[in-house]
Amino acid sequence: MTLRFARPGQLAERVVVHALLIGYTVVALFPIVLVVMNSLKQRNAIFSEPVVPPNGETFSLIGYETLAKRADFPGYFGNSLIVTLSSMALVLVIGSMAAFALSEYRFRGNRLLGLYLALGIMIPIRLGTVSLLQTFVALGLVNTHAALILVYTAQGLPLAIFILSAFMRDVPGELKDAARIDGASEYRVYAMVVPLVRPAMAAIATFTIIPIWNDLWWPIILAPSRQTATITLGTQQFLGQFVSDWNAVLASLTIAMVPVLILYFLLSRQLIRGILGGALK
Amino acid sequence: MAAPSAVAPGRRPRRFPWHIVVFLAPAVAVYTAFMVWPLIDTLRLSLFRLDEVGQTVFGGIDNYVRLLTDDRWSPRFWNAFQNNVVFFAIHMLVQNPIGLGLALLLTQRVLRGRAVYRALIFAPTVLSVVIIGFIWKLILSPLWGIARDGLQAVGLEDLFGPWLGVPDTALITVSLISVWQWVGIPMILFSTALLSISDEILEAARVDGAGKWHTFWSIQLPLILPTVGIVAVLTFVGNFNAFDLIYSVQGALAGPAFSTDILGTFFYRTFFGFQLQLGNPIMGATVAGMMFLIILFGVCLYLFGVQRRLVRYEA
Repeated sequence: MTLRFARPGQLAERVVVHALLIGYTVVALFPIVLVVMNSLKQRNAIFSEPVVPPNGETFSLIGYETLAKRADFPGYFGNSLIVTLSSMALVLVIGSMAAFALSEYRFRGNRLLGLYLALGIMIPIRLGTVSLLQTFVALGLVNTHAALILVYTAQGLPLAIFILSAFMRDVPGELKDAARIDGASEYRVYAMVVPLVRPAMAAIATFTIIPIWNDLWWPIILAPSRQTATITLGTQQFLGQFVSDWNAVLASLTIAMVPVLILYFLLSRQLIRGILGGALK
Repeated sequence: MAAPSAVAPGRRPRRFPWHIVVFLAPAVAVYTAFMVWPLIDTLRLSLFRLDEVGQTVFGGIDNYVRLLTDDRWSPRFWNAFQNNVVFFAIHMLVQNPIGLGLALLLTQRVLRGRAVYRALIFAPTVLSVVIIGFIWKLILSPLWGIARDGLQAVGLEDLFGPWLGVPDTALITVSLISVWQWVGIPMILFSTALLSISDEILEAARVDGAGKWHTFWSIQLPLILPTVGIVAVLTFVGNFNAFDLIYSVQGALAGPAFSTDILGTFFYRTFFGFQLQLGNPIMGATVAGMMFLIILFGVCLYLFGVQRRLVRYEA
């Protein structure tokens, strides 16, 4: 059915649906657009005409210049990349191994172990902070990337294992048995199954990355030093120091947002489908 | 379902299946060492106290009793708990209904630009809470005046106030900022649930002359009740564990006058200290223990109360 053949009532209904959706989309995007737009303007234009996009007269990069001089944003970026990508890789590798074992083999305690590993989906890792900090102090890992990576890996594993094992159960048994008859080892069978659940792996990767990239709690507690600060912590500290420098504040917010948004719009299809798929399982 | 084990009975003598251990060991080790053990150890710590010479001695539930009744701790704790309940209630009453409404709009049978709307509306959800908090702080700031000008444009400028700076409105404002950010999650979960309702049921209702409103109340809503339960429990766990937004918008003191203090910020201050008060790991562990009990209560209520009763409805 296309728009042309719609009855008047249906047409009106569609107009209402689009109007509501456009309305909410504006609500969702307006604050973001406002900040990005004003980060490119001179100070007086930010205040005198905040909702007007920058033009030849008002355009200015002064905020970004302050950032370049006063804060180590490339460093924060590097830290966030190291921590996020390492945690993601670990979650994917050891998570898929565990998920494979849970979905593939019948052994005593399988269900109990699955339940044990799934507990962490609901119980926030934050509640163990007091003891974790003591452990990392004892290990001498405070203010290192390793501390963050270990915590984030532990945090990401439960959901990854839960979803991946659901997907791996759907891989047909004949495929695996054929490989075994050909003499493949169990490790090889695992290596064969992983590419078959690629969509699930992509989804896990995206929703492992986002909370880690955005997290403030663990960087404040485990790695607050300048050398290890992530982009979220770095931005938070910078915002605190430069509250009154609106150009710098808007520029730092933009710098922290735009890469994530670009990545998101590139991957949004997989991400949303991943959540949809994960929820359906 | 599960494929035959690598060790087929009868063909070969049973060997110990080392490969299973190799597959499971890294995940179980990291998860146990950095998630389960710290939680158990924190709970254990909350049962101890420091004696006069600074030794830890077992104190049973003394710390919990102190947290709930002692004048030095209980007013702050109950204040944070109450605020947290309000924070959760606002999410349930505003975020989840809006999420459901958007999901209903997005799952219309004929809708151009569905994926675009969904991606755009979900965008704030992928951003850091710190960024979102600060953006809203700027927008609501009387200094910039965006919110004031906006209200002025529709003739409501009398409504404007320094919402984040006044105890009466700060908590509601912060909650609504959080709602704005997270509405994408219930939207996606409800969309999934609505899409899984078979077209035949909806078609039958339409043929019977049921309107959209009627169809929603008597067919769609009952069928998505399991998702309503999941969304509620996810909201509960997320809200009773929240911290970042309050910390970045209102600071560790969760001002003004502790009006936005929730359990997460109370936990942070108790553990690390603030201003003149020293950090206290043992009471910090106790607050974490209370948060654990609250979250556990919510999850159990869902698992044993809500979910059991809902299974019947599943089509």
